Amino acid sequence: MIEVASLLAVLPELVLTVAGLALLITGAFAGDGSARVVNWLSVLALAIAGLTLSTSLANGPDAFDGLYRADAFSAFAKALIYGAAAAAILIAPRYFNVGGRARPEYPVLILFSSVGMGMMVSAGDLLTLYVGLEMQSLAAYVLASFMRQDERSSEAGLKYFVLGSLASGILLYGTALLYGFTGSTSFDGIALAMADGVGKGELFGMVFLLAGLAFKMSAVPFHMWTPDVYEGAPTPVTAFFGSAPKVAAMALTVRIAIEALGPAGLDWQQIVIFVALASIIFGGVAAIGQSNIKRLMAYSSINNVGFALIGLAVGTPAGVAATMSYLAIYVVMTIGAFACMLQMRDEQGRPIETIASLAGLSQSRKGLAAAFAIFMFSMAGIPPLFGFWAKFLVFDAAVAAGMTSLAAVGIAASVIGAFYYLKIIKTIYFDEPAAAYEAQGGAVENVILTACAVVIVFGYLLNPALDYASAAAAASLF
Amino acid sequence: MDGFPILSLMMAVPMAGAIACLFAGANAARWIALGATLIDLALGAMLWGGFDQAANAPQWQFQEYAPIFGRFAWALGIDGIALMLIVLTVFLMPICIGASWVAIEKRVGEYMAAFLFMEVLMIGVFAAQDLYLFYVMFEAGLIPMYLIIGIWGGADRIYASYKFFLYTLLGSVLMLIAMMWMVNEAGTTSIPTLMAYDFAPQAQTWLFLAFFASFAVKMPMWPVHTWLPDAHVQAPTAGSVILAGVLLKMGGYGFIRFSLPMFPDASAELAWLVWGLSMVAVVYTSLVALVQSDMKKLIAYSSVAHMAIVTVGLFAFNQAGLEGAMMVMLGHGLVSGALFLCVGVIYDRLHTREIDRYGGLAINMPKYAVLFLLFTMAAVGLPGTSNFVGEFLALMGIYQASSWVALVCTTGIILGAAYMLYLYRRVVYGEQRNADAAAMPDLSAREIALLAPIAAAVLWMGVYPESFLAPMRADIQALEARLAPAAPAGDGKLVMGAGQKSADHSTHAASGEAH
Repeated sequence: MIEVASLLAVLPELVLTVAGLALLITGAFAGDGSARVVNWLSVLALAIAGLTLSTSLANGPDAFDGLYRADAFSAFAKALIYGAAAAAILIAPRYFNVGGRARPEYPVLILFSSVGMGMMVSAGDLLTLYVGLEMQSLAAYVLASFMRQDERSSEAGLKYFVLGSLASGILLYGTALLYGFTGSTSFDGIALAMADGVGKGELFGMVFLLAGLAFKMSAVPFHMWTPDVYEGAPTPVTAFFGSAPKVAAMALTVRIAIEALGPAGLDWQQIVIFVALASIIFGGVAAIGQSNIKRLMAYSSINNVGFALIGLAVGTPAGVAATMSYLAIYVVMTIGAFACMLQMRDEQGRPIETIASLAGLSQSRKGLAAAFAIFMFSMAGIPPLFGFWAKFLVFDAAVAAGMTSLAAVGIAASVIGAFYYLKIIKTIYFDEPAAAYEAQGGAVENVILTACAVVIVFGYLLNPALDYASAAAAASLF
Repeated sequence: MDGFPILSLMMAVPMAGAIACLFAGANAARWIALGATLIDLALGAMLWGGFDQAANAPQWQFQEYAPIFGRFAWALGIDGIALMLIVLTVFLMPICIGASWVAIEKRVGEYMAAFLFMEVLMIGVFAAQDLYLFYVMFEAGLIPMYLIIGIWGGADRIYASYKFFLYTLLGSVLMLIAMMWMVNEAGTTSIPTLMAYDFAPQAQTWLFLAFFASFAVKMPMWPVHTWLPDAHVQAPTAGSVILAGVLLKMGGYGFIRFSLPMFPDASAELAWLVWGLSMVAVVYTSLVALVQSDMKKLIAYSSVAHMAIVTVGLFAFNQAGLEGAMMVMLGHGLVSGALFLCVGVIYDRLHTREIDRYGGLAINMPKYAVLFLLFTMAAVGLPGTSNFVGEFLALMGIYQASSWVALVCTTGIILGAAYMLYLYRRVVYGEQRNADAAAMPDLSAREIALLAPIAAAVLWMGVYPESFLAPMRADIQALEARLAPAAPAGDGKLVMGAGQKSADHSTHAASGEAH
């Protein structure tokens, strides 16, 4: 029996699915010329889906007999995901127009991916989780190779697909083990079975599950695909990969760790601490030598995942709230930084990607340079920019939970990361101008960039709201 | 003037100026910056005038409180110590802008904006009454300073800017962890409350070390001082002035505001560490300064030596030492700033800081020679100048705590005289060896206008230090009372020093501080 309440709880997904299918047909019949309209309609669909989140909250939390959860946690994550997805759609047309023509499939694929991500963060059962994850991933594989004629893009798509399938396999194996040893695929059932002690088999299942999820989050040691895919994929797609799927994978991991694997907290805590610190340190060190800005952002994202995971490693409601706040701030910084990168074009309007080509940007494009500097300082965690607050929250949660040494090591390692962000600012501000730049940015890009920069600079005024929302999100898991 | 948010206004004026400078042309930016800093100077004078110095006056004045940031608040307020440092800041800022008037030719708007933003943050650091607000202000200073050194600095500016940034960042992140621990423990972010909170002695040691990591780098203390000569040498003149004049004082302010009152037991326990490092710093950096051939480097090393006098004064745990430390900070802020300006004057003419390229300037630049002599004497600590008061008090204070430390640190005064007089002789006296140096014109009206106010302040502070000591006295007495139970017994007296000292001052202190 399908109840109306359950359908209302999945309303955001329904909206996106219907919109995605309708727009796919529109695109197929109307041809590439409809790309512009489809773009805006997709953004509209995401906005409507965002508005229906409150309806789904009112009819949650459990839908379809616990397979699906519409709680404050999923609403928080989905709001971020939809926002990031909309931004990824909006910044794309100008990029694709240079290499060929914008195609309506791009926004449609992002919509389908968003449906998958929505299911991931709302999953209450390992099967829902897997379906959502695959749905997100399949759309993402296509997106990575969206520039069919471009060799790098195709390569990125193929790499992503092969490695992603491997990770899915690992995850499925973990799922099977957990099911075998606990007799349930629902998160509650697993938690119940683990409550009387964690057996060896359950431990194995848990480790495989976490390994698969670490791949999706691109956390060390399962990060290897990230730099290649980020570099090869078209830049708007990279912006998308760097934001929405990260939030989804991270939120999913948090939910599984707290809801399903809660009784095994002490066991996964060690794993998460290791993964977090390894990601922070490796992401920081490996980024130093990069010369391509998209590759650098890949390592930066690895680094950031490490910080977000510290909140999870703490395992308290405050820690989870810190992780969610971290993701919110991280998404704004990432979208803003990529909106800057999309404006890196030579005089003919062709995109350029080397860090060296940024030299002297501050003299030709003052506003763009300032925005770039704001995002980089923010990512480095320097106050008074908002990126500092993200790091502050996770470390504060760690200290409050008595994990002072974890916080001390993590924050000391953050100085490594500061170095390569500084390198970009140095190139922009200190070096003599190298390449000539396109004089004007696109209007949409500029609006997004300005909005993100304003949030990053004046973010502290949002603190009360952010605290409230993230605390509510975290409370719904415990 | 009750309830008027003068501190917020003092931060808002330069902030507005900074934003305006970003969009203004070169000349307009110069005038905007000068206007904004002069308004702040006037506000600073009002602040000083309005500060209640009566015996029963509240310790914290001009308080503002707005809990708008969730976990922390926009809480401002000053005591006498903060007041003096704010006055120093607003006094030096217009001079910095004037010093950059012609020396900075490229990207003037951004330069002035960076300086004004810096002023906002420095006032914020001294006025913050919320622990996290303090940290934000303290740390944010890295951004404008990094840009100032990196864009407008000398040949090796990029290396220097990295070193400055990463050194100070690494120092302060550990302090942040300690702050989080303290807030979790005490349940408040209010600095005045935390200053009276008694942390467990075991925890104090760790907290002290974490704060020490930050302030020692900022101060800077040997052996983590190496960023300073690089940053100083590469920074533009005004950057050096603000670095030496105010930024270094943040370290000393940190000790006096956080380390000493919040962790008195650990401070006493680890005083040997501070003393040891300071003794090494005084002797070692003075000797290093003696052999420098670059004028800015020489003054930078002398700053390290002077800051070591500040730290021994602070960790003397008595009123003389604490007052002396504050006076050295104020005096050094003026004198080192003036010395960097003096170097800047001749650097602008000849574009070299090599001491050997100059000589005999007294002949063609007599006015310059007079002012440079005054500041050289002040740096040496001649009676009648600002530094004498501070150094004498600080050394007197440390003598009561440890005569050996006093002995070693006093040699710093002698060595200081050696390297400063040696510098002066090589630059100003002697023959005119270089034709281009001999052809340099004397001080312009603008340069005199920059140096004369500092000269007046240096003499004022040397002749009548009471104006500067009076606002701080009650606060320092309160601090001494807070430290008294923990202060190590001195070896400089035959009778127990602690008992006598508290008998002198505790009567005043008891009224102001309740705990």
